[in-house]
Amino acid sequence: MEVTNPAPMPPAERPQRVREIANSRKGLRGALMPILHAVQEELGFVAQTDVAVIADVLNLSVAEVHGVVTFYKDFRREPAGRTTVRICQAEACRSVGAEKLAEHAKRSTGVGFGETTYDGRLTVDEVFCLGNCALGPAVQIGDKLHGRVTPARLDALLGEAR
Amino acid sequence: MTTKVFVPRDAAARSVGADEVAERIAAAAKAKGLDVEVVRNGSRGMLWLEPLVEVETADGRVGYGPVAPEDVDGLVAAGMLDGVGDSVGAYLGLVEDLPWMKRQQRLTFARVGVIDPRSADDHAQYEGNAGLRKALSMTPAEVVEEVVDSGLRGRGGAGFPTGIKWRTVLGAESDQKFICCNADEGDSGTFADRMLIEGDPFTLIEGMTIAAHAVGATEGYVYLRSEYPDAISALNAAIVTARDRGWLGANILGSGLTFDLHVRVGAGAYICGEETSMLESLEGKRGMVRAKPPIPALEGLFGRPTVVNNVLSLATIPTILANGAATYAAYGMGRSLGTNVFQLGGNVARGGILETAFGITLGELVQDLGGGAASGRPVRAVQVGGPLGAYLPVEQFDLPMDYEAFAAAGAMVGHGGIVVFDETVDMSAMARFAFEFCAEESCGKCTPCRVGAVRGVETIDRIRNGEDRQKNLVLLDDLCDLMTDGSLCAMGGLTPLPVRSAVRHFGKDFGS
Repeated sequence: MEVTNPAPMPPAERPQRVREIANSRKGLRGALMPILHAVQEELGFVAQTDVAVIADVLNLSVAEVHGVVTFYKDFRREPAGRTTVRICQAEACRSVGAEKLAEHAKRSTGVGFGETTYDGRLTVDEVFCLGNCALGPAVQIGDKLHGRVTPARLDALLGEAR
Repeated sequence: MTTKVFVPRDAAARSVGADEVAERIAAAAKAKGLDVEVVRNGSRGMLWLEPLVEVETADGRVGYGPVAPEDVDGLVAAGMLDGVGDSVGAYLGLVEDLPWMKRQQRLTFARVGVIDPRSADDHAQYEGNAGLRKALSMTPAEVVEEVVDSGLRGRGGAGFPTGIKWRTVLGAESDQKFICCNADEGDSGTFADRMLIEGDPFTLIEGMTIAAHAVGATEGYVYLRSEYPDAISALNAAIVTARDRGWLGANILGSGLTFDLHVRVGAGAYICGEETSMLESLEGKRGMVRAKPPIPALEGLFGRPTVVNNVLSLATIPTILANGAATYAAYGMGRSLGTNVFQLGGNVARGGILETAFGITLGELVQDLGGGAASGRPVRAVQVGGPLGAYLPVEQFDLPMDYEAFAAAGAMVGHGGIVVFDETVDMSAMARFAFEFCAEESCGKCTPCRVGAVRGVETIDRIRNGEDRQKNLVLLDDLCDLMTDGSLCAMGGLTPLPVRSAVRHFGKDFGS
């Protein structure tokens, strides 16, 4: 079973849960990054309303937290599809056809990088290096790494992920 | 007697089916009533052979690879679990005798692929903590001088002498010092940090603990990229085990040394591999590059004196301490002493990692060991040292892997990653990608990098479209000068390296 993104939480309960997550980690050095990771892991994304809660817990300005959330590509501002698929587009994978694989993914899912399929099942994105440079093209589905991914293999993996 | 069978847990091996192979072997052994223990080791680094199954025999470990899950039943029926070789297609013989293994001098990677990375007993049994014990018997200053004498230079790419950095931190007065390990291995074509952390995490912990003793630090952080979930779980598990064993925490190995270690996960920003940007990120801020000076050795994490070293630098410390600086410095050439872990990736027939003394030529790595391009076409170019490294043509394959020789050739060894391209590559497209990548990943603090990268993409597009080609090539050169001289860090400062080398060596692709 691939790792999937969590189901959404009712908006009314969310601020309280975000506060709990932030409070449980505020003693860490440089606590903001671990908190943002934890919020996204549990709640699927970092909502704009979460930013104010986290800022309050850490005694930071909303602007500071907002700045961090938007700096890092990993932090999503809105829910992703049930499963996230990331296709490596860095040099080593390009040397073995990563660009063609990306075009194929676009055709077979109907969405481009950073977008989610109409059924909400898949979010497709690019990534620069998964550390599988000798077995490219590399694709990450949820947390699971796949190597030597041909277009046919990608279709099979996307089928399983859906 | 229990037969040990090894199937790597390394993410690369798992990416081509190692988990399924391990499950099928366990099931097949059970069905046949054989007493088999499946050990999930790290990878030996011969990634084209993954999943590589090894069976322990009286003569040594016998290899089979690549083994697809559906091959397992047939191989077991043919006697794989007895290490039998005849008439089996995947049979490789003794793994230690394979040419790829024989060509290496494994010091940093000595245990990777051999041991079970989750087993502290395995680590201890294979001379783990010998370096730490030795270090604890010495004064901090003696440890620092040992590292200086070894000639070890930063394996992250910059090649700065590790011992000199440590000496600065040791000499700094502060109530608190930190050890930070840079495991934000974002360069395409590099995966040695990942493989070490997944294959032998206790060695990294040991190296960081030695660093803590040497400079007087009590707290350490490993900044590990989020793209490596397997490495994150491997290292977190190892840290918990190390605390249980008294290898981390208070009174380490009964010496009185206190040091603890924490993992911090990155969030998809390439720039955080730059040391000052990494420190900002560790502090919970945007990964904006800091101007230097002050250097991190004096004002690093939270303004305190901080050792920032790459995974491989820190993981090499234990062998240097255990066997002596002179032993380590006996390897290598010129001012590039010791061994380096080279990584072959991209369009290469035999890709993987290979640890050997500096001085091996680029051609020997790519052609003799790597077997040329995976496509079977001639190799046209290699990029050495990641996205900020130069593209080199086959004519330069006699270059020795040596920091100074590469610098003299307008290239860099970097983190030791080599990406191979066959004759179908369009080098103007790769030069464009270098700028595109810089534009995407720039932290935005300095103008040459933030704006220069965008202008670079536009200029290369004009050249590719045949608009005022000569004029735009001159403009491109001028832009490269400006980015090299005016950027705050290596992101903008080195992006011209792949661009210029592509223009210089592959001018045909730019229409000249």
